[in-house]
Amino acid sequence: MRSSVACMIELEGLTKRYGGKLAVDNLTFTVRPGVVTGFLGPNGAGKSTTMRMMLGLDRPTAGDVRIDGRHYDRLTDPLKYIGALLDAKAVHGGRSAHNHLLCLAQSNGIPARRVHEVLDAVGLTAVARKKAKGFSYGMGQRLGIAAALLGDPQILMFDEPVNGLDPEGIHWIRHLMKSLAAQGRTVFVSSHLMSEMALTADHLVVIGQGRLLADTSMAGFIAQNSRSYVRIRTPQRERLLDVLHEAGITAVESGSGVLEIDGGKPERIGELAAQHHIVLHELSPQQASLEEAFMQLTAESVEYHAHTDTPARPWGADWQKGD
Amino acid sequence: MAATQVIRSEWTKIRSVASTVWTLSLAVVVTLALSMLISALSANEFDKLNAQDRSDFDPTFISFAGMTLGQLAMIVFGVLVVSNEYSSGMIRTSLAAVPQRGTFLFSKVAVATGLALVVGMATSFAAFFLGQAMLGEHRAQLGDTGVLRAVVGGGLYMTLIAMFSMGVAAMLRSPMLGLGILMPFFFLISNILGNVDATRKVGRFLPDQAGSRIMQVVTPVGDDTPYGPWGGLGIMALWVIAALGGGYALLKRRDA
Repeated sequence: MRSSVACMIELEGLTKRYGGKLAVDNLTFTVRPGVVTGFLGPNGAGKSTTMRMMLGLDRPTAGDVRIDGRHYDRLTDPLKYIGALLDAKAVHGGRSAHNHLLCLAQSNGIPARRVHEVLDAVGLTAVARKKAKGFSYGMGQRLGIAAALLGDPQILMFDEPVNGLDPEGIHWIRHLMKSLAAQGRTVFVSSHLMSEMALTADHLVVIGQGRLLADTSMAGFIAQNSRSYVRIRTPQRERLLDVLHEAGITAVESGSGVLEIDGGKPERIGELAAQHHIVLHELSPQQASLEEAFMQLTAESVEYHAHTDTPARPWGADWQKGD
Repeated sequence: MAATQVIRSEWTKIRSVASTVWTLSLAVVVTLALSMLISALSANEFDKLNAQDRSDFDPTFISFAGMTLGQLAMIVFGVLVVSNEYSSGMIRTSLAAVPQRGTFLFSKVAVATGLALVVGMATSFAAFFLGQAMLGEHRAQLGDTGVLRAVVGGGLYMTLIAMFSMGVAAMLRSPMLGLGILMPFFFLISNILGNVDATRKVGRFLPDQAGSRIMQVVTPVGDDTPYGPWGGLGIMALWVIAALGGGYALLKRRDA
């Protein structure tokens, strides 16, 4: 029997450099059993690179990953320890779903009946003898998940599993991940969508530009990052600011005459305004979404900004001036 | 990780894709058809040959003429067996299942080589017997000196060509690049180097020219090739070892 400590993934100072560019920068964290750990970061943050290094596919420039306390290539029959869905298209299109799983099973000494079991579990039994190239994206994703489940591993890893799935498929995979974790397995799942993680993950590891930004429980992340504030619009802005200042409340202007008060109580502000006969056009309690919190956390580290702040100039505006 | 598990797995892989069947059957059909055709034509031409050409007449070697074209299908087989993993992305799934990269590559090569050996040997014997049937009175017998060696050698030659292609494909990864280099090399460049006086001495150390020496029974008059039939096959084997060694070294080092 393996102890529960044994099915952890431990990263220590994991670093990957491509040429002059740091893709993964000194990552240290531990993925624990019994919960779904979300691996969150914007596109290009280094999530897939990190996962490939966990599976021994890419060599770290520095640092270490250990599965069950051992390096991946020291595992005998690794599919029995860790199952991974990295890329649904990592399948030879000319091979049938059944044969794809059979060759993987044989390489790890897994009995052939497991192939039928996992095909059944992901709902692909009817197309088991069909070539994988005829599969839709969702079916490919299911085949990849079947491969991950093949060795009945204690650790499961999914890279962006809901991408390209229909609502029914998304619902299915969320349920699958939760039930795997409930069985005491280690579940590590990456995503670039905070809203998705909020629905499935119990623990969060957030990275940006390869660096660790947060390693916290989901509940802790929500408590810390969901900013609540009061939003106010008034034609007597200066007067209200004075009144608030006297009362020791700090208001921040957020453009177009709107004031925001962090953690302020709307009742107290409304009463103050009434005492001083100030007209309010709006007084509303607001809650920043987790998505906003995530964007704020990763703001500095997002690699590909859309540059919405600079107005787009007509194409060729510069050279058309002709000087 | 038991190597027998990986070999079983690679056998499932190779028998479950269509390219295995069509490349190998093409190798058989093309070799046999062309060998029969050229043997029949040679039998008709024999009477017009002068004394020198008659003494150089090598019925065994003539019946392997189809291999010059049939080997191209063997090259495609060898390249696809390895590079299919890369073009499909399957390599990441495969290496996650078998992280011992040496075991992975050499199990794959062993399975494909075994298959190429069976097909190559059968093709060589079939080409010999069908070719001799076409040659009629000018035929050679399997019991004649050097003939059995040449026929077995023909099967080994086909096998080594496939192995060499596997090694090159492991280095290059892309099937288009692999075929784009190997096909013109064996079909054109090697022939050109072998037929131009200035480069002939270099050309005969190329894998196909050195290896095909084993299929000759009659040594042409004035031949100054510095190696014998087995020496030639040995040179070809060295090329194979170099290609596979290079493929292994790169696979070991590279990110998948």
